[in-house]
Amino acid sequence: MEEHYKHLYEALSQVDGYIYPNEIDLHWGLMIVLYPYITGLVAGAFILASLERVFNVKVLKPTYGLALLTALSFLLVATLPLVSHLRHPLRAYEILMTPNPTSAMAIFGFVYLWYLMVVLLLEIWFDYRLDFVLWSKKSTGFKKFFYRTITLGINDTDKKSAKLDDKLGYFITLIGIPSAFLLHGYVGFIFGSIKANPWWSTVLMPVIFLFSAMVSGIALVMVIYMVVSWFRKVAIDMPCLDTIAKYLFYILIIDFTLESLDQIHRIYEAEESFDIIKVLVSGKLNITLLIMQVLLGTIIPLIVIGIFQVYKPSEKIRKFSYFFVGILVLIGIFFMRWNVVIGGQLFSKSLSGFTSFKAVYSGLEGYVMAAVWLIVPLLILTFLLWLMPPWKKVTMHE
Amino acid sequence: MGTERKLNNRRKFFQTSAALVGGTLLYALIKPFEALAQPKEEEIKTDQANLAIWGMGVDLEKCIGCGKCAEACKIENKVPKEPFYFRTWVEQYTVKNDGTVIIESPNGGIGGLKQSVPDEEIFKSFMVPKLCNHCTKAPCVQACPVGATFISPDGVVLVDETYCIGCSYCIQACPYGARFMNPITKVADKCTFCYHRISEGLQPACVEVCPTDARIFGDLRDKESDLVKFLQVKPTQVLKPHLNTHSRVFYNGLSSEVK
Repeated sequence: MEEHYKHLYEALSQVDGYIYPNEIDLHWGLMIVLYPYITGLVAGAFILASLERVFNVKVLKPTYGLALLTALSFLLVATLPLVSHLRHPLRAYEILMTPNPTSAMAIFGFVYLWYLMVVLLLEIWFDYRLDFVLWSKKSTGFKKFFYRTITLGINDTDKKSAKLDDKLGYFITLIGIPSAFLLHGYVGFIFGSIKANPWWSTVLMPVIFLFSAMVSGIALVMVIYMVVSWFRKVAIDMPCLDTIAKYLFYILIIDFTLESLDQIHRIYEAEESFDIIKVLVSGKLNITLLIMQVLLGTIIPLIVIGIFQVYKPSEKIRKFSYFFVGILVLIGIFFMRWNVVIGGQLFSKSLSGFTSFKAVYSGLEGYVMAAVWLIVPLLILTFLLWLMPPWKKVTMHE
Repeated sequence: MGTERKLNNRRKFFQTSAALVGGTLLYALIKPFEALAQPKEEEIKTDQANLAIWGMGVDLEKCIGCGKCAEACKIENKVPKEPFYFRTWVEQYTVKNDGTVIIESPNGGIGGLKQSVPDEEIFKSFMVPKLCNHCTKAPCVQACPVGATFISPDGVVLVDETYCIGCSYCIQACPYGARFMNPITKVADKCTFCYHRISEGLQPACVEVCPTDARIFGDLRDKESDLVKFLQVKPTQVLKPHLNTHSRVFYNGLSSEVK
């Protein structure tokens, strides 16, 4: 408590202009930056997997299973930063028990559960069921126990059952695409529907969130695919990697266009809130928005992959560039979330001044914890890749 | 026969799973509308006709910026003393000769507001007490994910302390900065019009202590109340009318500089 007060007194001394006295305490910190970031990675990775399965982009096959497992690993963690930021985390279940139907936030639990239980787990299960049966015969110990349990007693190995798995898996992916759109568009709506905050309140917010989610998810799977291939000491499938990069390029263009449209609209309309937003962008957010998000996270990746669309240098250069661009995009989208969540709280709703954000290292809201929430999904993914490696699958959907 | 049994097993498994998943989803979809199905509505209607609808008028021509209201509120409602938590506060606006506007509210005005601009530079200056606007269409009530914040039948926006999960979404949704996260109870906190006092027929603490009667509390339904008379005689305005929150705190003498 004393620490918190000390922190607030420091913030009070740094107030610029006038802010309402209750606004000195920033209520949403790093954990709420992570929340849309992680759900975005999930939605994006899933959409990449769907590209292969539903839109028949066969060249992406090497990343299909990887993308699904990546989505699952991050989805399992997605709610944890959210719950840990609650002042009464033990009451979190009330969101599911007595949701307020008018609240944009209340529906998240249901969207999340739908996505986890109905879409991701079922799709992965149908994709792996036959492999689980076959693997259970060959393995021992924990793996055997796991494979046998997870088949849920359905041990058919004939062609007909494989075909049924495939059909049902395809159907789930079909449902999955609008669900992924819903999941992340919805997260955008949580911010976009707050009329009190002119930095958030834009009808484009859900669409921007959706496309930035796709961008980040695709970049993540691209990087993970390269890292996993290096670890496995197998050659990277270059046509696959080039295609992922091509999609990243196109979707990044759409994302950038939408965000620019949003800003141009603000500048041109120049409403009451414009004066303070102008100062926000050129001042408090100049590094995180103009440098991190726009320059590093968008313009440089667009130039690099854009050049590759017309001129293809050697594989080695391409691989290195894709890795580099993937990391830049992931950083850029992280800062996009930062600029929305933190940026929206830096200026006062009196539109007359600014407060400041100072993140701490320790504690539930600190940098260390944020790093943990980003590393845990990678550990889960490593475990899943050991347990159910997509490259050892006997069966592949058509 | 083996295959057939397996197929049957499989069919059964799908049927059971589909029933379970479908049932859960259906329940989840219906659950939020449960309230609509209960015949509470009529009960409330008859009740409501006898109830007051509480509101407040603030006469800016009378406010002297002594900050007694903010101080009384903190004492009455056990609001933490630190200068980051206020259920009500007073802002001092100073428009300088060159047109710049300076807004100040050190410690919410507690201890009295002092002018920092030299007299010869001042074009005009005035005080604006702020508090929860008890909106009829309250964005905070709309946003609360669990329904812990609600509008009482007599029109006061309240927080159920035993139910709030502390997500801060209502604080983000409030356009007036009237809410804060109480560091002791760890739930959203705000002005209640001193609900414990008005339920006993008393005035809210801020109204009680105001030496100039700048705050007028009353029943908007009672045509004889001081508040309704104030609204009748004075040209009043609400804060941020463009946000369409239908606030129940009305200001006389509100200048366009006030945000």
